[in-house]
Amino acid sequence: MTENDIISPENLVYKKPELMNDTPMHYCPGCSHGVVHKLIAEIIEEMGMEEKTVGVSPVGCAVFAYRYLDIDWQEAAHGRAPALATAIKRLWPDRLVFTYQGDGDLACIGTAETIHALNRGEHIAIIFINNAIYGMTGGQMAPTTLIGQKTSTCPYGRDPELHGYPLNITEIASTLRGTCYVSRQSVDTVGSILKAKKAIRKAFEASMKGLGSSLVEIVSTCNSGWKLSPAEANEWMREKMFKEYVKGDLKDTTNLK
Amino acid sequence: MNNEVTLLKGNEAIAYAAIRCGADAFFGYPITPQSEIIETLSLLKPWETTGMVVVQAESEVASINMVYGGAGAGKRVFTTSSSPGVALMQEGISFMAGSEIPGVIVNVQRGGPGLGTIQPSQSDYFQATRGGGNGDYNVIVLAPNSVQEMADFMDLAFTLAFRYRNPAMILSDGVIGQMMEKVVLPEQKPRRTEEQIRKECPWATIGRTKDRQPNILTSLELKPEIMEARNIHLQEKYAIIREKEVRYETINCEDSDYLIVAFGSAARISEKSMEIARGKGEKVGLFRPITLWPFPERQLAEIAKGKKGILVAEINAGQMVEDVRLAINGAVPVEHFGRLGGIVPDPQEIVEALETKMMRK
Repeated sequence: MTENDIISPENLVYKKPELMNDTPMHYCPGCSHGVVHKLIAEIIEEMGMEEKTVGVSPVGCAVFAYRYLDIDWQEAAHGRAPALATAIKRLWPDRLVFTYQGDGDLACIGTAETIHALNRGEHIAIIFINNAIYGMTGGQMAPTTLIGQKTSTCPYGRDPELHGYPLNITEIASTLRGTCYVSRQSVDTVGSILKAKKAIRKAFEASMKGLGSSLVEIVSTCNSGWKLSPAEANEWMREKMFKEYVKGDLKDTTNLK
Repeated sequence: MNNEVTLLKGNEAIAYAAIRCGADAFFGYPITPQSEIIETLSLLKPWETTGMVVVQAESEVASINMVYGGAGAGKRVFTTSSSPGVALMQEGISFMAGSEIPGVIVNVQRGGPGLGTIQPSQSDYFQATRGGGNGDYNVIVLAPNSVQEMADFMDLAFTLAFRYRNPAMILSDGVIGQMMEKVVLPEQKPRRTEEQIRKECPWATIGRTKDRQPNILTSLELKPEIMEARNIHLQEKYAIIREKEVRYETINCEDSDYLIVAFGSAARISEKSMEIARGKGEKVGLFRPITLWPFPERQLAEIAKGKKGILVAEINAGQMVEDVRLAINGAVPVEHFGRLGGIVPDPQEIVEALETKMMRK
């Protein structure tokens, strides 16, 4: 059997989504962003929305998300992505409009934009990468940093007396009447990746059906920021993060599969 | 041709004119003295007629970023606010300038600093004409002096914003926003179709078709060589705007000994001051910059030749006077008159300033 026989179409079991280009990613090896990017590309293709999707990228590690997925993008100021997405979707209702934001962007500086876009029930999907740290700026404390977790701005561990408590914005989102689907997932195993994909797909479909706004949190690793190996980071996430950020659907009024 | 005369507040005229000039969306947050704009839009329900979107946002920060999003998707989008609210918008305006996104911001100014007062002021001149946010950029600034110009400048601001892919601002104030005057509204224009938007705005993010690369609107670039090139591109664009888009009005300038230079409501007041002075036999003319950026510097320098003096009358502590002095470059004495804190000057005060600061000096 030659190599050409092996790569013939009938033997194809997996391929990179076409929307994902070959630009080398700036993400650290072991980071969750790459997997989530791929899931989004796959879902857009499966929904046939390649020519009708507008993404809004954040400030933070995913600031360059627009380099990797060949769709139209707007790059928002820090925290403002849901405001941009609100306008794009209101003005082009037949487009698929989503934001892609980290914890600092979404749950700290952009709290107002996030909560109000969700509460207005804008027909957008928000993909929320929660890695409990500011990755891009070098590992400072985030609103979602766990109690006791060490970062460069809480080097002795997050102390509620000094730094307040982790903000669980996904729970808050699930209480808002404008949201139709709120879910928390991860991408650390094959099984969890499939579940995360299903959740993102539901959020995208709900936005196109005009059912309300959706938020999918992906509890993610930042092995560089956490100063752990990729494998250790997955372990730490499962042991510590999943206790504070419990996975599963928090709200689903969509009646979508 | 529509020549029906109606009686409107300046703020109301903005709302009516925006709908008529085919605006696609308004995003804004209430603040005195301009809340009639969003109230009028809400009452007129343009979403049922032209399809224009009206959203009351959670803040001015969100409003301007909605303008970014909507205008980045090729639509005619605007927001309105007053001074403290426009201060909050500076981040978004800087991002729009950096990403070359056209959009319109209306500032119905009130006095500052801080929460200041709800009374009229012109003290946001620096903020409007110097960029206001971070980075090297300029916003096209139009200064209406009547309710009619409030109506007329809406379409002009959109036209300029899209012509140059740059934010454009209407710098009004509480006098123009609140006063009622006769106004002829523009003809109703249809909103642009998707086909027209695709043609006019090939950069718009409305979904990548197979025949083009993805459109990416961003102000970010980490390679300094590329970032410098982008800045140079912006500066070249600003040079073209300076060359082509200067607007101003002159009244009685040719035969005058003295000039009053004033914009917006101060220019309106100064027209009366000029009449009073002329009634006393003093030859006074009025030079009114309509575009504050680009400032009519060459035009003013030309007209000022041989004059005995220039009084810059503003409702602030002396802001445009700096641009006047730069333009005049010492050729003619330049003095400033201003009232602060929400006090609107009387025409007589400006005449007295002319007399004490210029004529009897």
